[in-house]
Amino acid sequence: MRIKILVRLKGQILEPQGKVIEQSLNSLGFTEFSNIRQGKLIELDLPDNISKEEKVQKIDSACKKLLVNDIIEEYEVLG
Amino acid sequence: MSFKSAVITFPGSNCDRDALCYLKDLTKGEVHNIWHEETSLPKVDLVILPGGFSFGDYLRSGAMASKSKIINEVVKHANDNRYLLGICNGFQILTEIGLLEGALIRNKKLKFLGKNCFIKKKFQNNFNLSIKDNQVLQIPVAHNEGNFYCDTETLNLLKNNEQIAFEYCKGEFSNNEENINGSIEAIAGITNKKKNVLGMMPHPERAYSDFHQSQDGRLIIESLIS
Repeated sequence: MRIKILVRLKGQILEPQGKVIEQSLNSLGFTEFSNIRQGKLIELDLPDNISKEEKVQKIDSACKKLLVNDIIEEYEVLG
Repeated sequence: MSFKSAVITFPGSNCDRDALCYLKDLTKGEVHNIWHEETSLPKVDLVILPGGFSFGDYLRSGAMASKSKIINEVVKHANDNRYLLGICNGFQILTEIGLLEGALIRNKKLKFLGKNCFIKKKFQNNFNLSIKDNQVLQIPVAHNEGNFYCDTETLNLLKNNEQIAFEYCKGEFSNNEENINGSIEAIAGITNKKKNVLGMMPHPERAYSDFHQSQDGRLIIESLIS
């Protein structure tokens, strides 16, 4: 099964890339776009026969050990 | 007893040679260069994690290097109360390992900063003993992710334990900024609680020789040796 993990900077942390993207979009006429923040998406495959509990446990463990720095980032498993 | 030291090289390190020369010239002692896949570290007084772009800064700066085989030995070295200095990418690696608090995020203005900067010591430790209070040091920076971040609780801990070693300040040039990258409280370098591990964004190994613009970087090694 395909796993998608969304990683983003925590809300209180300044995300300067999003600010620049917002300025560019605004200058292109997308003036209704605001509060833009950029994150990252990590996709990976896990075997289909893995149990739901094991899946959650493995993903959480991988996020805590490497994929996410919980001082500055938060994550969400999509789908 | 001569001062022994080592520099760890990761794929993508690019200040390891500078750090080796810095140590050789200033300590006059034995200096080892250790590849990140090694599983043992000689008994030395100081280990430097050098600057650069270890593992291409993939995922987050320092994230991959913090999982290298040699890191177990580096942690043991630090737990043994011996000195560990992370410069630039080395500082990022130390926060990713968890030996130092906080994290280094993108510079506030999104620019890669490669220029001289000015720092002064905040609280005294063995890395800055030879530096006078309010003495302004000119040391180069070269980083994209040098904006030090931590939560308020951690910041209070860093202050109460006197773990802030260096802060950015104004120097002698006009128009220079006080806080070049947006770091909380202009923090340029912090230590661990025991003060034997220092991480700093400025590069002292680029400011020690006659051919460098400044020789202020000498003071860190001189402090450790004294």
